[in-house]
Amino acid sequence: MIDLSLLTDGGVGWLDASGPSSHLVLSTRIRLARNLAGRVFQGRNSETEREDILTTVERAARESVLLRHATKFRLDRLDRTDRQLLHERHLVSKELAGLDGDGRVRSGASVLVQDRIGVMLNEEDHLRIQGMHSGFALEAAYAEVDRLDSELGQRLAFAFHPEFGYLTSCPTNVGTGLRASVLIHLPGLVLTKEISKVLQGLAQVGLTFRGLYGEGSEVVGNFFQLSNQTTLGSAEHELLDHLGKMVRQVMDYEEQARQVLLRDAPAIIEDKVWRAYGLLRYARSLSFEEAMNLLSGVRLGVGVGLIPDVGMYTLNKLLVYTQPAHLAVAEGVEPTESDLPIRRARFVRKVLESEVGRRG
Amino acid sequence: MSCDQCHEREAVIHLTQIVNEQVTTVHLCERCAAEKGVESPGSVAKTPLGSFLAAMGKGLPDPEPVARAGESCPRCGASLQDFRESGRLGCPECYRAFEVPLRDLLRRLHGSTHHVGERYAERDGSAPEARQTTAELREQLRLAVETENFELAAELRDRLRVLE
Repeated sequence: MIDLSLLTDGGVGWLDASGPSSHLVLSTRIRLARNLAGRVFQGRNSETEREDILTTVERAARESVLLRHATKFRLDRLDRTDRQLLHERHLVSKELAGLDGDGRVRSGASVLVQDRIGVMLNEEDHLRIQGMHSGFALEAAYAEVDRLDSELGQRLAFAFHPEFGYLTSCPTNVGTGLRASVLIHLPGLVLTKEISKVLQGLAQVGLTFRGLYGEGSEVVGNFFQLSNQTTLGSAEHELLDHLGKMVRQVMDYEEQARQVLLRDAPAIIEDKVWRAYGLLRYARSLSFEEAMNLLSGVRLGVGVGLIPDVGMYTLNKLLVYTQPAHLAVAEGVEPTESDLPIRRARFVRKVLESEVGRRG
Repeated sequence: MSCDQCHEREAVIHLTQIVNEQVTTVHLCERCAAEKGVESPGSVAKTPLGSFLAAMGKGLPDPEPVARAGESCPRCGASLQDFRESGRLGCPECYRAFEVPLRDLLRRLHGSTHHVGERYAERDGSAPEARQTTAELREQLRLAVETENFELAAELRDRLRVLE
């Protein structure tokens, strides 16, 4: 079993709801795709070459300020539950954790993590430099990732083309290699059925959305990950400004939708959020999806001031800690355990009870 | 009828295209068609990039790319066909080897082929390349339109749009 306590705040500092607009935005993530010059990309390299990439990058990381004390996890040496745990914590992608497709982990697949930043190794690209911040914090998150990129870039030779920019294994990432994502909660727009219009609008301005767990993941609990679609033809700050502007607009729409709901259907909304709270407080069995949806309802209730006794941090933590691997590890069982929904309900009750006790 | 490209094999694909209001028909053998990215109706795109990739190379004005489309990358041996199947390039050198079809793809994917962000080589202290002003770009755009270099014009227009 891996020891996540090795990480400062267990690698989930981004959950603490301390960042700007935390009532709507859970987290901001930035990643930069980089490859080492003169080496074949991940799809064509051998086990030895991936091992060499790992050694080379780790050496550079240990000489850097930002990753000097990084914790290293070798995904290829972890069991499935541990890999899933790291994925649920948003520290590694599904692909790196070997949780998609045939469920096999690529040799050399690793991640280095220190505080809010890290680097995935032997992912689709040799390096995926990444950073997570609490709330809506594009500038702050980018500044940190950019610094790490400079630090590593001085010690390593990155593949760069004068016209195309940073070269990546998939041309969808070439140029800046930058993908910025904002994880935002939009229950108001979903309830008022405005969401599809908003998402269509975003697609028209070159943005895209995904579910809670990035590429290929479903939208659960009204959480949407909004990110830039293109990586080439605009400078990093232009990409961030554009995404930021659009996210602010979406936040405005969401606030407006909430006002409309409270004005036109106050009784229905009040019932809905308290019903969600009641179920979370007292249910004896909760599937993952049901828990996500109920947490979304309570989060809305807290956001509009209807439910006073629950903190956003608690809700954010529940979001991560009720997921299969986290729950299984906490309970000392396998994530495939059939009574997991019962354990999940018990876990949620306990957390909410102590929250009320603490606040009451 | 022999293939317009290799003049050796039998042409089996007859591609009619309209370029600058001129209708032209190109006759290609299966292999040259695949190399130019023209799929026969039976082939299925295997990756999410499929439709883009399938469109790659269609109507290329210049049949003399750096490494002729379909040839392998001299560094890693990956072919355009490999890329079409996996959606991934083999190595950094592939960007040079398949420059022409890639440029077309990049324009479709990103609306541009020019990186305007941070420049790697200039990171360690030397002066960053002066960013082109919108006025300069507009002048270039005017020239490009005058000389009917529409590919460049589209590029410049996209860059201007980003700056504005």
